Amino acid sequence: MADALPRPAPRRRLLVSGLLLGAGTAGAIDEIVFHQLLHWHHFYDRASGAAGLVSDGLLHAATFSAAVAGMALLADARRRGPFPAALWWGAMLTGAGAFQLWDGLGNHKLLRLHQVRYGVDLTGYDVAWVLPGAALLLAGVVLLVRSRSRPVPRT
Amino acid sequence: MTVLLALLLAAAAAYVAATWRCRSPWPLARSAAWLAGLAAAAVAVAGPGAAHADMHAHMAAHLLLGMVAPVLFVLAAPVTLALRALPPPAARRLSRLLRTAPARWATDPLVAVPVNAAGLWLLYGTGLHTAVAHRPALAALVWLHLLLSGYLATAAVLAVDPAPHRRPVAVRALALAGGAAAHDVLAKVLYAHPPAGTVGAEEGARLMYDGGTVVTLVTAALLWRRWYVSREAVRAATQPA
Repeated sequence: MADALPRPAPRRRLLVSGLLLGAGTAGAIDEIVFHQLLHWHHFYDRASGAAGLVSDGLLHAATFSAAVAGMALLADARRRGPFPAALWWGAMLTGAGAFQLWDGLGNHKLLRLHQVRYGVDLTGYDVAWVLPGAALLLAGVVLLVRSRSRPVPRT
Repeated sequence: MTVLLALLLAAAAAYVAATWRCRSPWPLARSAAWLAGLAAAAVAVAGPGAAHADMHAHMAAHLLLGMVAPVLFVLAAPVTLALRALPPPAARRLSRLLRTAPARWATDPLVAVPVNAAGLWLLYGTGLHTAVAHRPALAALVWLHLLLSGYLATAAVLAVDPAPHRRPVAVRALALAGGAAAHDVLAKVLYAHPPAGTVGAEEGARLMYDGGTVVTLVTAALLWRRWYVSREAVRAATQPA
């Protein structure tokens, strides 16, 4: 038995874990629901050109790698004893919201790499993409700000 | 192809003989991983995927040889086995060889992973894939390169065998993700622009993309799992504040 209590995970590592797992989860949901189940998104839409190919491939590899790394860092933080849940959830929601907003505004609208769905009027879909992303991001930032005033419990 | 199959058989015999000579009990799971890796490579080399014109079958073989077999070989820890089974002078020579600069570069994830990815881009991005279709000797060399560079990249990332100057886990995870990104982008490029004279490029590209994702996910999970149980990570987590 250890004669002293374990050292809690540093704040920065908790932030990294939450952000990685948040972005990774949002990316995985996008991939599983909209690519594989609904087939709304296309593997390659023949219109987006080289930039779309590179961006899709990069984002895909980055999100699933981030999810695995985020889970490992979360498991490590949990075994260290006291776990500041508000801080971690804040980072997680921030990561998910940032990914969703980037996908909805950056990829779809600014760069026009691909769209939510093809052959339909996009306005409703775009709102349904961007609003939840903004809500997640806002909730995450609020949690992060609140966790600053409540410091990590020390033992 | 016969030469490649003979090489695989020789590799199986050498590994099993080494486990008999090993100075400490050798885990059965590692021997099983080695034999499963050889079986995967044999199916890839001798199966229908060895034909180059059908991209779908070809990609199945490519995944088995370039990704699945290397992960199994790395889990079998062949260098550790060699160090424990060789007579001490030979083991010392091997260990010295592994510390030389070329060996260190070859097993550095920041070298081995880009080399592996660059090889794939050369094979499919240039006319090489079509060019080797009717030259069996050249095709065999390409297969061998795929297997070896896949093994070196996976070995560098997972670091199961002892390696001097091992990179930190975050660097190895980033190298793995970078390699996966290069693989994904290449799959999409093959989908959009199939190599000349091939059929089934769309299904082949999707198989390359999805299969690559699954193997990379498994590799990433193994990498982080090994970090989680590593002595350094456990010590850092249990040290008193």
